[in-house]
Amino acid sequence: MNVIETTKLFKTYSQGDIQVNALNDVSINFEQGEFTAIVGPSGSGKTTFLNAIGGLDTPDSGKVIINNTDITQLKSNQLIDFRLRNIGFVFQAYNLIPVLTAKENVEFIMLMQGETAKSRKSRTEELLNAVGLKEQINRKPGQLSGGQQQRVAVARALASKPQFVLADEPTANLDSTSTSNLLDIMFRLNQEEKMTFIFSTHDQRVIDRAKRIITLEDGKVISDVIQ
Amino acid sequence: MKTVFKIAWRNVWRNKLRSLTVILSMILGLWSGLFTVSMMLGLNDQRMDSAIDSYLSHIQIHHPSFTENYDLEHTISDYDSLSFFLKEEKSVKSFSSRTIISAMASTAHGSAGVRLIGIDPEVEKEITTVHKSMVKGTYFNSIKSKPAIIGKKLAEKLKLDLKKKIYLTFVDTDGNQQRIKLKIEGVFKTASSLFDRTNIYMKQQDLQKILHNSSAVHEIGIICKNLDVVDNTVDSINSKFKKNKAESWSKIAPELGYAQEIMGSVIYIFMGIILIALSFGIINTMLMAVLERKKELGMLMSVGLNKRKVFYMIVFETIFISLVAAPIGILLSYLLISYFGIHGIDLSVVGEGLEEFGIGTRIYTKLSLNNYWNISILTLIVTFLSSLIPARRALKLNPAEAVRAL
Repeated sequence: MNVIETTKLFKTYSQGDIQVNALNDVSINFEQGEFTAIVGPSGSGKTTFLNAIGGLDTPDSGKVIINNTDITQLKSNQLIDFRLRNIGFVFQAYNLIPVLTAKENVEFIMLMQGETAKSRKSRTEELLNAVGLKEQINRKPGQLSGGQQQRVAVARALASKPQFVLADEPTANLDSTSTSNLLDIMFRLNQEEKMTFIFSTHDQRVIDRAKRIITLEDGKVISDVIQ
Repeated sequence: MKTVFKIAWRNVWRNKLRSLTVILSMILGLWSGLFTVSMMLGLNDQRMDSAIDSYLSHIQIHHPSFTENYDLEHTISDYDSLSFFLKEEKSVKSFSSRTIISAMASTAHGSAGVRLIGIDPEVEKEITTVHKSMVKGTYFNSIKSKPAIIGKKLAEKLKLDLKKKIYLTFVDTDGNQQRIKLKIEGVFKTASSLFDRTNIYMKQQDLQKILHNSSAVHEIGIICKNLDVVDNTVDSINSKFKKNKAESWSKIAPELGYAQEIMGSVIYIFMGIILIALSFGIINTMLMAVLERKKELGMLMSVGLNKRKVFYMIVFETIFISLVAAPIGILLSYLLISYFGIHGIDLSVVGEGLEEFGIGTRIYTKLSLNNYWNISILTLIVTFLSSLIPARRALKLNPAEAVRAL
């Protein structure tokens, strides 16, 4: 069953006088439980593609269907609500809320979803436990290492019980040990909870662990390999 | 919304130095602004009080044409029934009748145009404070034959001293020039040097004898039980004694009444200017905070914080700054204003200049609770308005771009 269906996505940016084709007739489908890496050189359209399927950016044309909803047709506020309920995000620079503790950062998404205090508490503990941060739940991001912060970000991404998680170069700022730990965690969550992960990455360590590798170049899919 | 509140509050303290700088500037702005305003109000009140206490009283009654040219024949009509009415009127605390002529005062050293006021010294004590303003000599109790007390400035100008003689020339009701001789018994000094330069008091009985009219009364000065009843008392007198004209202090001295009226607005204009100046600091700080947190705001919008909440977060953050600053600034102002409201500020260094404006040298600061309340509301309104620009800036962020901002 497809979690995401994209059909003929086009997106062009202007860089001065030059038109850059960030997405050029991209049609990719993703199934439940995928662990997919989108790779390609800088400017190949990886992030644009992730933004398009994450509802952060609207393609010039084409469809992005998630749960039978073409999100390219949603209005700004509808998109925000859609993202809250269906998509988990992990960013390259962790992007945690610095004034909140690890626990509060994870809880934050559920608070916005209107979850009860009891369910928030149990899920937060469960997720932080799952990413190995049981002892650090009351620390603020500034008191955590980069790897730990990214693990909190993964827990936060999963807190809303999303359809899938989009991770934009999640290991770019991490050392090899932290990268390995993070990948282990995400891989385990993918295996155990059938959570769909889609990464954009340059990192060979991530590519090696991915089950499917989609290569983009100049906004076009040049290969789509299952390994 | 509770979480948005929590994040906004904690955001205030993320960059302590910057927030404290804004908070401190707001405290100082409110403190100095309110204190200056309280001084202005105190100065104005003192000017008004000293005018009322020295010579104006709350209400004056004259013949309708008397104040136009000080004609001796324009005496008060129905004095006896008017006097009876005032004794019975509950809003009237006390009143005093005066006989007034314009005269030319002369001594061996010079001359000056003056107003010669005939008073009943004991009754006048209930109305004005001239008896308390004696700087030399006594108040009508040592010289038996035609004693006079004069203002200090006039005494200096005419080089008059106690027991010296002063000659006053005026035109009587028959058009004849009269010349009388008075003996200086005392010298007074009120808060108004203009008043001290142009007024001489003598006994009403003596003046009426000189005028050959034992019932000549040109003015009645009235002190009411409080300022709030003044206008109603004026209306009541005017409706019953139509041949006379009663006027409140604010009509007699419109510059004082007008000053009192505009002071009510000046405080808000003055504080408004200070708060607008402070608002630029707030806008600048909050804009910096928004631009610095682009990535974080982008993330919040990406993960599902709707625009309304992002907007509220910035607005709350700004308002929290003023909620910390305003109570401290206002409390400090209250303490300072209360202290100087009791002990006064000694401005004797510029005393002479102040006296020219009818103001004493010790200023008692004053600000009503209503003013504090309104300034607090004004501060919150200005802060809220200041928050709109950074909040709007935050709303314009594109989450996809903001989240990758450097």
